[in-house]
Amino acid sequence: MYRIRRFAVRHSRQFEWIYNRLESALVALAPVLSRIGYNRIERPVALIEKGIKGLLFDCQMCGQCVLSSTGMSCPMNCPKQLRNGPCGGVRPGGFCEVKPGMRCVWVEGWNGAARMRGGDRIREVLPPVDRRLAGSSAWLRASREKAAALHEARERERSTLANAFPTARRIEPSTAPLADEPARAIGRGKTG
Amino acid sequence: MSQFDQDPNAIRRYAPPPEGHVSGSKLELALRAGHFAVTAEMNPPDSADPQDVFKAAQPLADVADAINATDASGANCHMSSIGICALLTRAGHGTVYQISCRDRNRIAIQGDVLGAAAMGVRNVLCLTGDDVGAGDQPGAKPVFDFDSLTLIRTIRTMRDQGVFLSGRKITSPPNLFIGAAENPCVDPLEWRPDRLAKKVAAGAEFIQTNYIFDMPRFQAFMSRVRDLGLERKVFILAGVGPLASAKAARWMRGNVPGIHIPDQVIARLEKAENPGEEGRRICVELIQQLREVAGVAGVHIMAYRREHLVADIVREAGIAREQRPA
Ligand code: SF4
Repeated sequence: MYRIRRFAVRHSRQFEWIYNRLESALVALAPVLSRIGYNRIERPVALIEKGIKGLLFDCQMCGQCVLSSTGMSCPMNCPKQLRNGPCGGVRPGGFCEVKPGMRCVWVEGWNGAARMRGGDRIREVLPPVDRRLAGSSAWLRASREKAAALHEARERERSTLANAFPTARRIEPSTAPLADEPARAIGRGKTG
Repeated sequence: MSQFDQDPNAIRRYAPPPEGHVSGSKLELALRAGHFAVTAEMNPPDSADPQDVFKAAQPLADVADAINATDASGANCHMSSIGICALLTRAGHGTVYQISCRDRNRIAIQGDVLGAAAMGVRNVLCLTGDDVGAGDQPGAKPVFDFDSLTLIRTIRTMRDQGVFLSGRKITSPPNLFIGAAENPCVDPLEWRPDRLAKKVAAGAEFIQTNYIFDMPRFQAFMSRVRDLGLERKVFILAGVGPLASAKAARWMRGNVPGIHIPDQVIARLEKAENPGEEGRRICVELIQQLREVAGVAGVHIMAYRREHLVADIVREAGIAREQRPA
């Protein structure tokens, strides 16, 4: 609904906070979720996501949510579906070129972003929409990607030694640590 | 002999760009040499006759570093931009191939970019495009698969990385000078410079703005642009054009998306004995003022149906090629 959508943009900072909590929870739950199987939970989660975000943001379930980078104003509601707006046709007072009765989604977006902690993300050039993802859960996709990235980063911290003895690392973890030992543990931190 | 009887072996790819250039187009050469450049928009014919293209381009040819071929601007159907560019480049004119995201998806656009470059096009202008409802076929399906920024980034990727967006290799990448539009005098005024910054980040190398009739607004825009240091990263060509009358100005303001004309300008046309002449004079004055604005690298003249005035305007404003310092 238009009125609720505008409310959400006015409170972009609060919604940013809420979403970040939700995402952290999903990232933390990633091992559990992947054991249950992301495929099995995809449908029910997508349904819930659609209900909540549909109400709040007039979400169209593009499946690749960018609300955190667009001031909590859903760009799929822009009649031109711009991912990097606004266009040059914005009417005086910030109304949409195509639907003169509607506030430009992107004017709202830039204003919303200015209220957010991570509002600068709106300055990043976003890629075009992948139409194959329509209807799927962006919450699961985003959290899964983040969890994978975290995992990868941790893997990279593994010492060369750990990589050279992968099996030993699994059965006797202390023989091939994941990361550098704290200085105190190896007798270098005593003076500090 | 018709143009189709040429020996195909004689049709070659244009020379690679000189050192420090990305395309070697006349426009790029002029801008990088520090000249105050001139581009002009051509009125595309509703015709399949190449002579109509040359006729329409003729009044602009002597004064413009590049002629913009619009891509169904205002969502009105005309001869395609790529067709016009192909003809004009072959005749030795510099062209700007305008691409709007309204009518074609990413598959068509990337293919056309290669096709255009093969036919000699060296400048492109990436546009979002006006809504279909503004034009003569409002029932058409709007595409908007890309927006202007994703389009800019895509062409940059094709040119610099030599691949399509899919990652597939392009054996001979297009050497294009990549442009974008900006509309400094319409809302959201406070965010326009930031959006320009985004276009530069996406890969734009020159900017052609929409009409500037409101100098204070443009000055404010440019001062923020300079704060962001953008004028050093991108060539900005300010959009101008002669208004025909107060009535025409009002019509444009009310019906063409994204046009801001202050009341004072319209009042000046209203009071004038000869509104057409007054419109021309306003245009010359604006060019002279724009030229003084730090960070403005040239002008883009959009003289819809008044193309015959362009050469005079350019000379009177003192920015014709022959008036450039050697
Ligand atoms: S005015 Fe705003 S909402 Fe309307 S088409 Fe342009 S960018 Fe989209």
